[in-house]
Amino acid sequence: MPAVQETVDKVRRIDVDQYKYGFVTDIESEKAPKGLSEDIVRFISEKKNEPEWMLRWRLDAYRRWLTMQEPTWARVKFGPIDYQNIYYYAAPKKKAGPKSLDEIDPEILATYEKLGIPLREREALLGIERPAGEDPYGKVAVDAVFDSVSVATTFKEELAKAGVLFMPISEALQKHPEMVKKYLGTVVPISDNFFATLNSAVFSDGSFVYVPPGVRCPMELSTYFRINERNTGQFERTLIIADKGSYVSYLEGCTAPTRDENQLHAAVVELIALDDAEIKYSTIQNWYPGDKSGRGGVYNFVTKRGDCRGRNSKISWTQLETGSAITWKYPSCILRGDNSRGEFYSIAISNGHQQVDSGTKMLHLGKNSTSRIISKGIAAGHSQNTYRGLVMAHQRAKGARNFTNCDSLLIGDKCGAHTTPYVETKNSSAVFEHEATTSKISEDTLFYCMQRGLSAEDAVALVVNGFVKDVLQQLPMEFAVEAQKLISISLEGSVG
Amino acid sequence: MHLLEVKNLHVEVDGRKILNGLELSVGKGSVHAIMGPNGSGKSTLAHVLAGKPGYVVTQGEVLLDGENLLELEPDERAARGLFLAFQYPLEIPGVATMTFLRTALNAQRKKRGEAEISTPEFLKRVREVAAKLAIDQEMLRRGVNVGFSGGEKKRNEILQMALLEPRLCVLDETDSGLDIDALKIVADGVNRLRHPDRAFVVITHYQRLLNYIVPDVVHVLSRGRIVKTGGKELALELEERGYAQYHEEAA
Repeated sequence: MPAVQETVDKVRRIDVDQYKYGFVTDIESEKAPKGLSEDIVRFISEKKNEPEWMLRWRLDAYRRWLTMQEPTWARVKFGPIDYQNIYYYAAPKKKAGPKSLDEIDPEILATYEKLGIPLREREALLGIERPAGEDPYGKVAVDAVFDSVSVATTFKEELAKAGVLFMPISEALQKHPEMVKKYLGTVVPISDNFFATLNSAVFSDGSFVYVPPGVRCPMELSTYFRINERNTGQFERTLIIADKGSYVSYLEGCTAPTRDENQLHAAVVELIALDDAEIKYSTIQNWYPGDKSGRGGVYNFVTKRGDCRGRNSKISWTQLETGSAITWKYPSCILRGDNSRGEFYSIAISNGHQQVDSGTKMLHLGKNSTSRIISKGIAAGHSQNTYRGLVMAHQRAKGARNFTNCDSLLIGDKCGAHTTPYVETKNSSAVFEHEATTSKISEDTLFYCMQRGLSAEDAVALVVNGFVKDVLQQLPMEFAVEAQKLISISLEGSVG
Repeated sequence: MHLLEVKNLHVEVDGRKILNGLELSVGKGSVHAIMGPNGSGKSTLAHVLAGKPGYVVTQGEVLLDGENLLELEPDERAARGLFLAFQYPLEIPGVATMTFLRTALNAQRKKRGEAEISTPEFLKRVREVAAKLAIDQEMLRRGVNVGFSGGEKKRNEILQMALLEPRLCVLDETDSGLDIDALKIVADGVNRLRHPDRAFVVITHYQRLLNYIVPDVVHVLSRGRIVKTGGKELALELEERGYAQYHEEAA
């Protein structure tokens, strides 16, 4: 019977492993020796042929890091991380800088193809069709980061015509060092926190975007991060600057192979929006979450912060978090400009033994600055899912407004959802609203859906998709479908 | 062969016996009403037929067209043509009614090895049925049953029933909470679905509904078994004299 066969297949899939990006690409790579020291920092800087000031910046960060401690306030538990047992630099072996995609190791291209990323120029040139009446620019420019280095960036020329710079940050350090120097570390200072400081010392690549005044970036920009090597940390650094009156939408995706040991990912993302500029930053985070018993998986300790530096500027974070053994991540907005606006839309799904502690900070400094937080946490299996948020209004921030809505959905009775909102206001004209709900997918609702013909898995996916709809709508259309699929995959095996 | 056969059905919930050797045979094209006082096991019967978790069948069998339903998951029973109109339909926030209808219809078709319904065909069918049930398009765009009145929820149940075209329709106290106008709309909807290949089991506490959905057979359920079976006039008799006498007989 087909229905029975389908169930059997489904169960088998769940039993083996539902993480479909868990393959390893067999390519030769060049690594720095294991462990962290000033020599390693110098090694990385030298590999990247960096200017002297950059090396000093890194060394400064490294020395501070030595005096710092891992933060312990988050609701996550993990054993000690041996920072000397990690490779801080791994690069696919290649001859000096590929000129075109043809020069890139075909194994790497095959990997990105498996991941469903249209990296090849000819594929990318086809673009992605949008429904009629939508933005005529349906193309997505992709930067792909493999372990520690960026391997390919597409659509460079077309972007250059619009004046948009989109390149690996290592390349930006060569071609536009003054711009990197002007903005790097101005949103997340090198002493910000343990993981950001570590990143400042050892980051090896990441994306750099600059959108000139008045330019609306003609396509979605996207970076895919892939950790491939064993025992390798990934420390990418992303810096996006939207100059006055410009607009850019950027999306990052992340995957990693299935490994028994934990891999460390400590990224820093800095966004800067000047007067009247808007940055929309979306993440589909699907790092390897570990196996059924909680072994392996990526430790995701990420610092993301946007600075609405100019008047009327706007920064919007949208994230779909489905992977990682541990997620520690609070994409935030500093609402410095008057009338600036920050938004945070989040779907965080945890299953198995995953631990998520994620949320946002909205720091209102400018007059009449506004912010909106919509967070949807979904916990299944034995996972723990925490929303942690801070909304703060400075004395100067007259007329600041925030609306926060945090909903949690529990699937099963062995998981936990927690909401920890902090609100601080130093002036009486600020208006902050907070709503929160926690609900459970009831047996009755599942039975209702099943009585109409849906399988248990499909019923859960349907209810969850309804639950996260408000946030899914914020994702760029090209990725919304992918996101929806990812949600059902992440929740496979969460019922029955 | 009868479309539905329930033989010597014994069911427990949390160790408590609810159904005690219930027997019921329903032929194609017929409408059977099951009446009984509160706690007699009416809703339990509806839930067990549809496969709701939490009910333990200790004895007996349930056959739909000769196939043992008790071995099937609720969604498999649905795909084989069993539909339960809920007494308390559930709300599913964020899922448009239209999406839900389509997902359900296609899920059933897929399980039966049929192709998915085309969008124009689907829309046409929904519009036709919705119009007859006085359901407007705006309601179809809202989340499933979210913010629906009691009457709207029940009409939505009948809408689903009409779209899914089941062989056996079980209506669990569909009249509860309905005013007379809503009751008429719902009953009309059901009557339009009467068909020589389709059977109905209408569970109700009151005779009122049966003025509009006229049954071929009326059963009285008491303490977990059928204690009397008759024609439609039995319902009127119950209305007049109450259930008290059957309590004693069953005891």
